[in-house]
Amino acid sequence: MEYALSFSLNGKPVQVAVKANSSLLDVLRNQLFVTSPKKSCDTGDCGACAVLIDGEAVNSCITLALTVEGKKVTTVEGLGEGNQIHPLQQAFHEHYAAQCGFCTPGVILVAKALLDKNPKPTREEVTQAISGNLCRCTGYVKIIDAIMAVAEANK
Amino acid sequence: MGVVVGKRIPRYDGLQHVTGRTQFVDDVSYPNMLWVKAYRSPVVKGEILNVDVSQAEKTPGVAAVLTAKDVPANQYGFSNDQPVLAEKGVRFKGEAIVAVAAVDEDTAQEAVEKIRVDFKEETPVFDPIEAMKPDTPRVRPEGNLWMFGEVPYRRIRLGDVEKGFKEADVIVEEVYRTQNQDHAQLEGQVSVARLEANGVITINSVSQCPFLHQLQLAGILKVPLNRLKFIGGTVGGGFGSKNDMHADHITSLLALKTGKPVKWRWTREEEFLASTVQGAWIMEYKDGVKKDGRIVARKIRAIRDAGAYGSLNPYVVDKHCFLVCGPYAIPNVWIDGYCVFTNKQVSSSMRGFGITPASFSNEVQMDKIAEAVGKDPWEIRFINAVRDGDITATRKTLESVALIETMKEAAKAAGIQLPDHLMAMSSEKKEV
Amino acid sequence: MKKRGKGIASIFYPTGMSGGGDPSNALIKMKLDGTIDLMVGSIDIGQGCKTVLAQLAAEELGLAMEQVTVINDNTDSCPMDTGTFASRVTHSMGNAVVMAARELRQEILELAAADLKTSPVNLTIENGEVKIKQSPDKKISLADLAGKATFGMGKILAGRGGYVKAPTAKDEETGACNPFATAAYATTIAEVEVDTETGQVEVLQLISVYDVGKAINPMLCEGQIDGGSVMGLGMALMENLNPYYPGIDFQPTSFADYMIPVSKDTGKIIAKIIERPSTTSLYGTKGIGEMTANSEAPAIVNAVYNAIGVRITDLPITPEKIIRGLEEK
Ligand code: FES
Ligand code: FES
Repeated sequence: MEYALSFSLNGKPVQVAVKANSSLLDVLRNQLFVTSPKKSCDTGDCGACAVLIDGEAVNSCITLALTVEGKKVTTVEGLGEGNQIHPLQQAFHEHYAAQCGFCTPGVILVAKALLDKNPKPTREEVTQAISGNLCRCTGYVKIIDAIMAVAEANK
Repeated sequence: MGVVVGKRIPRYDGLQHVTGRTQFVDDVSYPNMLWVKAYRSPVVKGEILNVDVSQAEKTPGVAAVLTAKDVPANQYGFSNDQPVLAEKGVRFKGEAIVAVAAVDEDTAQEAVEKIRVDFKEETPVFDPIEAMKPDTPRVRPEGNLWMFGEVPYRRIRLGDVEKGFKEADVIVEEVYRTQNQDHAQLEGQVSVARLEANGVITINSVSQCPFLHQLQLAGILKVPLNRLKFIGGTVGGGFGSKNDMHADHITSLLALKTGKPVKWRWTREEEFLASTVQGAWIMEYKDGVKKDGRIVARKIRAIRDAGAYGSLNPYVVDKHCFLVCGPYAIPNVWIDGYCVFTNKQVSSSMRGFGITPASFSNEVQMDKIAEAVGKDPWEIRFINAVRDGDITATRKTLESVALIETMKEAAKAAGIQLPDHLMAMSSEKKEV
Repeated sequence: MKKRGKGIASIFYPTGMSGGGDPSNALIKMKLDGTIDLMVGSIDIGQGCKTVLAQLAAEELGLAMEQVTVINDNTDSCPMDTGTFASRVTHSMGNAVVMAARELRQEILELAAADLKTSPVNLTIENGEVKIKQSPDKKISLADLAGKATFGMGKILAGRGGYVKAPTAKDEETGACNPFATAAYATTIAEVEVDTETGQVEVLQLISVYDVGKAINPMLCEGQIDGGSVMGLGMALMENLNPYYPGIDFQPTSFADYMIPVSKDTGKIIAKIIERPSTTSLYGTKGIGEMTANSEAPAIVNAVYNAIGVRITDLPITPEKIIRGLEEK
């Protein structure tokens, strides 16, 4: 049995028929072909699938798709203006915050949610904010450097 | 030197990564693509008496059920001893026996749950020390120890270790152990295979070594290399987890069987329970040391818990033995390195291969030696450090040695003032 | 009570497969406008080989990074590489890429020499142009050369490179052999704080100095050390696939019970590189990809001993082992 679901995805309205037990992650990836949120654990433990729901970072693998009815969902595909990438994306690129890149979209969205609320966080606040995102490549060092670079620019 | 070399240039594919546009294997899908789930052994060790897939086959939405019978050459791997799908028996809990391809993951899983396998359970062996004893049940018919030539251990012999112990003022002994570890790379095992009209199979693969896997898969399928095209090159973390073929053989076989594109994505639970891992080690050290801090003899028995199949284990043991003495010049060395099979998931490559445990045991032992002869941990390392032209335990001559330089630089970075006589040392020449 | 301690560890690590016999092949072809395609079978697992190999090709051919296209995505188009493991790609494939670039460079110089009526030895390539060293205004662009070669002569401008560390002979009785091309070296200093009541160990700082031979891209080298440091910390304090080893009971099945370090667990990570070039690499490179995760666990164990006098000999360090060790003292 499938249910009609409509929500805003990266600023555009979408309608899709989903199963009651489908996760938002599966609907995004398998039905809408938005593949930047990654499936790494599928149990809410790694943050690779993080998306923004009304500006809050949420692990989409443990979010039932039907719960986003009428809400605004953002993935990294929706960041930046036109051809201009978002300052966080630019900073991640320049500071070598992405190695394999598998955790990257999720971390960038979590960082965005933080900076939208707190544009000038301390290093400790950044460290705290991304502590739900696993990264096996970078040791988090350059990820935090990149986010701090954007935060500094806000100061 | 260098216009571009030596520069802090951002990643070639960095913009793709930060925009989420890098295409990983799991991001690939095709119309009419089938999804795979595997029936994995619930028992640790046993003979397979009967495999009944009849109910699975009848499940609506199931396209194909794959068992050992469908595999042209059901033996592969770096030690060429692993079945693609277990046929006669299983050696570890989670070993794959049947694979099902269906219209979606839920349907495939539903079919897997209808598979019935009868086992004659046997006593498993978990402890490598137990496994080494002659009357312990066998993990594999060839015996529980890998043969290195004529003997069941890798030998390294340099100088005369007993003479060295006699010359020594102090003997320092300890047993070190390291644990089984998972790579925990964020992108798990996943594969997509598609059969082209001309009979070529294109495989979207997470392989770290596609040319080696192409050879292995050609052997399994009994086809020439030009029937297999591996696509990949950009992988979501490896750390050694993707040197063993975990999924590409199954998806390829199912693509051949069904004619449709096939995707298999392992769950994180499968990753932890059934993929290759870093095997545990036991390392028994006996060192002979002079009062002045020089290590004059070292004897080590090292034991690698290889798990259920060979894979890269013998290579890992070799690598361990070649370098277990660490970056120190020791004139008399005796090493026996064992590769021991147990009924665990397969150990294989992980970042650092056999040297990670060696670095651990070696460096903790250095501090223990320092204490035994009343020296500072820095001093003991400087005294014994390899220099240009020194040889390793395998008589390999070293060039461009930089151990002393890294120590001096690290002390500087930590604001530690090392004594002048240590700061005066270098890898280039030895003091007279 | 909380007690602090420092510990060190010094290590080395071989570059390339132990035993040798692990080839890397590379091909470079020039496009019609003088930009190049670099074809290599090396896999980028995050370590950044696409970047480093492109840098080497660009350097040799006087091109900018943007002028190099890396093709490493399939086994049909790319020549063979043994694989991305054994810390081998920067060294082994790096050598192959430099060789391929030099072969192509020689071809370019010969064509240009004919065009500029001089000898190849008088020429240099800079910013996409071949110039006479003494009179740099006499020049021809790579785009013009590629066009002339293709349309005028029906010629492909290309270079091939191949490197292999010769397989070693091994004496079975003594293990005597020459198993690897070169080795890299490193030292890590760990600073920890141990809570003697709870047995909890906190890593305050990891300072690591790695000898990379030659840093083709220092930022990428640091990235390896950063990531390796944290993986090594995980090995020291957290990760264990068989908590009841040698049994397999209670084996973790998710990231909730197989804990790897998160951003809050790492302490301060300091990564420094030094360069003592290897004689086995055309640019002096070595490989540090794997060893960066090897120096931390022993340094942390030694720091714990320095703090509380308990020497841990089996990993990982758990609060239980710390408390037990303190009680036995
Ligand atoms: S995939 Fe959702 S948290 Fe890991
Ligand atoms: S960059 Fe690989 S997991 Fe974070």
